[in-house]
Amino acid sequence: MSSTKQPAIAKIEAKTIIDLIASNRRMDERTPTDYRELKIEVGVIEKANGSAKVHLGKTKILVGVKVELGDPFPDTPEDGILTVNAELVPLASPSFEPGPPDENSIELARVVDRGIRESKAIDLKKLCIEPGKKVFVVFVDVYVLDHDGNLIDASALGALAAILNAKMRDYEIKDNEVIYKEGLIPLPIQNYPIATTMGKIGSSLVIDPSLKEEQAMTARLTVTIEKNGHICAMQMAGLGELSIDELKKAVEMAVTKSSEMRARVMEAAK
Amino acid sequence: MILSEVVEKKRLVVPGEQLAEGDYLPGENTYKIDGKVYASRVGLVDFSGNRVYVVPVKGGYMPLVDDPVIGRIADIGMSGWTVDIGAPYPAMLPSSETFGPRQPFARTDLSKVFDVGDLVLARVISFDRTRDPLLTAKDPGLGRASSGRLMRISPAKIPRLIGRKGSMISMLKGETNCQIAVGQNGIVLISGHSPFEENLAMAAVSMIEREAHTHGLTDRIREMIDKSRKSGNVEQKDQT
Amino acid sequence: MLNKKTKPERLIDDRGLRIDGRRPDELRPIRMEVGVLDKADGSAYIEQGKNKILAAVYGPREAHPRHVALPDRANIRCRYHMAPFSTEERRSPAPSRRDMELSKVIREAVEPAIFSKYFPRTTIDIFIEILQADGGTRSAGITGVSLALADAGVPMRDLVVACAAGKVDGQVVVDLCDEEDKLGEADLPVAMIPSSNAITLVQMDGDLSPDEFEKALSMAVDGCKKIHEMQNEALKRKYLLIKEAVEEKMEPKEGE
Repeated sequence: MSSTKQPAIAKIEAKTIIDLIASNRRMDERTPTDYRELKIEVGVIEKANGSAKVHLGKTKILVGVKVELGDPFPDTPEDGILTVNAELVPLASPSFEPGPPDENSIELARVVDRGIRESKAIDLKKLCIEPGKKVFVVFVDVYVLDHDGNLIDASALGALAAILNAKMRDYEIKDNEVIYKEGLIPLPIQNYPIATTMGKIGSSLVIDPSLKEEQAMTARLTVTIEKNGHICAMQMAGLGELSIDELKKAVEMAVTKSSEMRARVMEAAK
Repeated sequence: MILSEVVEKKRLVVPGEQLAEGDYLPGENTYKIDGKVYASRVGLVDFSGNRVYVVPVKGGYMPLVDDPVIGRIADIGMSGWTVDIGAPYPAMLPSSETFGPRQPFARTDLSKVFDVGDLVLARVISFDRTRDPLLTAKDPGLGRASSGRLMRISPAKIPRLIGRKGSMISMLKGETNCQIAVGQNGIVLISGHSPFEENLAMAAVSMIEREAHTHGLTDRIREMIDKSRKSGNVEQKDQT
Repeated sequence: MLNKKTKPERLIDDRGLRIDGRRPDELRPIRMEVGVLDKADGSAYIEQGKNKILAAVYGPREAHPRHVALPDRANIRCRYHMAPFSTEERRSPAPSRRDMELSKVIREAVEPAIFSKYFPRTTIDIFIEILQADGGTRSAGITGVSLALADAGVPMRDLVVACAAGKVDGQVVVDLCDEEDKLGEADLPVAMIPSSNAITLVQMDGDLSPDEFEKALSMAVDGCKKIHEMQNEALKRKYLLIKEAVEEKMEPKEGE
């Protein structure tokens, strides 16, 4: 399977990947539970309120956060707005085409969104200015720059780092108007969701599949864990199948792995 | 005729850089205007008599007639297969150029010979830029590759991997006990008796790709292989 | 929504310095890096002042869809696009009319330098992503695209380089930043092929007398020549580093 249209893999290559994994080895000397080399750098786009650059192996993602004023949704008049968008820009892969977001870029945005929203990472109530009339809108824009597999984890790590990095002008509310003060304040963050994506290759589950591994895998599972170890989002993709045991094992792997990755993000966003 | 100043051999040049002036012929990756020869690609400049050319540091694969290539079956048509050889043009392998069915058959028959995703060893029999390259798989040693470790390296480094009169590749095959098929399009297929020897061969190929432009490479490869055999681990030098 | 935006009273102060402290003929700080992406055939990253721009090239490659293939040369396509977070106010990711116009002029600026006849029936796709914008993105974009084309091994007559000049507070200046562009009196981006002094792009908006135009053009051309030196240096640096790292390993160590 491929999560996006990719140049197909030769059968021989897929076979090599499957055979190696059956003996617990991967093409780049990783174990089934290793992430590739991870680099996170925040504050790279000064004009944005917050930003983060993530390199996960050769996958490269840039996330920008902008905070602006807007109207609340009618059914949640006291909540600020979070909106996550993902662009699979054509320079990131030979098979990304210019055009409106396709199902892959929309799925990517929605999975990253779910992690932040369901864990209530941003306290949206604190972004209300005048109920029903005016709120702050947080735009999280995920920009994929180089696709070498596992866009979801790289994007989710970047999104969390970027919202942690984000600063907005300090303000107070007088007569339902925003009066800006001196200084900058962070966003109201209260949780730190981490997505862990696994690929099913042969009959094994491997964490952080590279592009080649994605082309050889039959199913993909993302489990997002929030700071207390609870699951706040899950997404399975692909035409393959998972057994109940595999699903349970995957959640265990995610719970373990996510604390390690959470520490990496917190360190980078300091 | 006085030959004017030229840049020194093996200097790194960029597009638009002047290489020579006067009675020189513009070779590969150069062009001549108003008596001056300029580079058209990034690479190392070299001379062959009064022909000046540039060996590109990077670049894709452009097919040449008689090139051995290794490609992936991308599609099956009425009378043959479309093969991805990593060139700007898709290659065609007609069924008449294999030992399979000769008449245009239903797609299922052709897929029994080569299916989508199969790797095929072939040779370019014709190509000019007005038509896609044509391949044959009839020569001895050509045809479907059913197993092995696949590597992709820069096509610019293939000549170094093969070596003068095949000296480098023969040494590699001998030292690692592996079968190594090399496509001019940058694909290398390695098949050995043990994963260790396959990994050894792969490490050697990577080393050649990284250090192609240097001297003493053959000796360093032999040294790496010896060290690895003694320690039982593939001894890769640090990669910067 | 980070800074209070108040219009500056003057764009050039009593000492003749601009709002960012530059002299009229001074370029912003420029940084270039070649070969920054893995999947693209060629790529380059360029910072010019606060501009952060990524340029990438795929090709020559098979034409998709087939009908865009030209029988006698490569079809060169270009897409200029800005990230939603690249400007003060977040912008929609959908291409704007300005994006489409810039895509066209950038393509027409670099295409004359490409030996497109070497690759009939293929496409060469050029992508420019503006990650942060601060005025003069099309010029910096063209400069970056040339590096990406060279990195991809696309044969060219020469690198194409671009630089803008303009007028602020009645003074002709080079390399306008965003504020100068918005509040100034003229903007003149120019692209050229340095070895033949051939101009492949010129656009202008604002108000310039013929004298002022000549002065601005001359400043832009000077800027182009300086930036072209940096392009050469960036390309060589990328490949020499690899060559040197390898040669260093060849030095026999003590006791070996």
